[in-house]
Amino acid sequence: MGILTSSIARKVAMALSGLFLVFFLGQHFVINITSVFSPDTFNSWSHFMGTNGLVQGLLQPVLMFGVVFHFVMGFVLELKNRNARAVKYASFKGGVNSSWASRNMIISGLVVLAFLGLHFYDFWIPEMIHKYIETNPEDPTRYFAETVHKFESHVRVIIYVISFVLLALHLWHGFASSFQSIGFNNTYSKALTRFAKFYAIFIPLGFIFIALYHHFNQLLHH
Amino acid sequence: MNLTLKIWRQKDAGSKGQMVDYKVTEISEHMSFLEMMDVLNEQLINSGEEPVAFDHDCREGICGMCSMFINGEAHGPDRGVTTCQLHMRMFKDGNTITIEPFRAKAFPVIKDLVVDRTSFERIQHAGGFISVNTSGNTQDANSIPISKEAADEAMDAATCIGCGACVATCKNSSAMLFVGAKVSQYALLPQGQVEASERVLNMVEQMDKEGFGNCTNTGACEIECPKGISLENIARMNREYLKASL
Repeated sequence: MGILTSSIARKVAMALSGLFLVFFLGQHFVINITSVFSPDTFNSWSHFMGTNGLVQGLLQPVLMFGVVFHFVMGFVLELKNRNARAVKYASFKGGVNSSWASRNMIISGLVVLAFLGLHFYDFWIPEMIHKYIETNPEDPTRYFAETVHKFESHVRVIIYVISFVLLALHLWHGFASSFQSIGFNNTYSKALTRFAKFYAIFIPLGFIFIALYHHFNQLLHH
Repeated sequence: MNLTLKIWRQKDAGSKGQMVDYKVTEISEHMSFLEMMDVLNEQLINSGEEPVAFDHDCREGICGMCSMFINGEAHGPDRGVTTCQLHMRMFKDGNTITIEPFRAKAFPVIKDLVVDRTSFERIQHAGGFISVNTSGNTQDANSIPISKEAADEAMDAATCIGCGACVATCKNSSAMLFVGAKVSQYALLPQGQVEASERVLNMVEQMDKEGFGNCTNTGACEIECPKGISLENIARMNREYLKASL
């Protein structure tokens, strides 16, 4: 028993891994948004992230662990929670006392997870092959063109937009509630919740903007 | 008013239950929900049928005995009240009302709408107390200075009547609002400090053993709680637990 398997420890672990992923998402956004106004900055920052030993050797594995841990623990808790009520209610009005986002974290989470699969297929796997399997020579100017090219497809852009809407819903509940999970509920909580809700909308909306910007920019130039 | 009731009937813990339809007529809007149930039961007894079993005791909203999941909500559609304080004026003539027991694996059905909530008692036994010397020279509690703020918060937490609406309404059947309140009422006071670490660890361990689900912060429990127990108590329990564990 003890700290590793208790309900509260798991809840705290979900919150901390979620907060780590929220921080990563912000960092990812800051780099991506440079692709809109400065391809050179985007190339140089992407090159740094893709070749820096600390980022590749330490932060990337930590991030991978964070992602895998968050979704595995999410599944474990969802199963445990479903199992805690054997007979379902004939009538259950969840909507009168809680938000859709808070009750359906597993749905928004699964969409984000599926999106991550596409995202890895689009960027991470080709990047790993490029660098570590084909061991191509380093080219600090390739990132912008490769990224923009991915946003040519209508279907991919639509999938991106839908996924980011679901990500926004996931963050809408998850980010703010992670503070409650780690025991932080005091006079600063209202302000922190407002910031978390703003972040939950602003960051996914920013990613949607980037995808649409590159998509329509290419349409105009073709 | 005339109503159609869809009520969960289950002969005993081992039987399979089902929803059964009943009609009640001439229900006054001034009646409490339990009085309406009394009318139904008189009707059933007069016609030689088994009355519907349901929990009740004080009928004043303070004992925490009555339960019932009414039209998809614990203690029905009103806020800040138990089922005994829910009045029929909340419903309209011709309504169909669904009445189910509080559902959770840790609250097994005993009969009809009566559930076994002794899992809450076992959690209390695991640590919901303070050790006081009662040999005759007990210290006067008023001699210990306590800030007004802490006393108020402890009192708010202590108003939890342990009815189980938080568990019933939580999509995960989590008992964290109940346990949070019971941990908080002592954690906030100097008398509770001696056993603080032991208390939160033991109560959470017992809560997990009972098979309650995990809190996902939907906040439904706070809304449905007849005593308005705040989610701050869950955060405090989390803090106390982390402090005790680390």
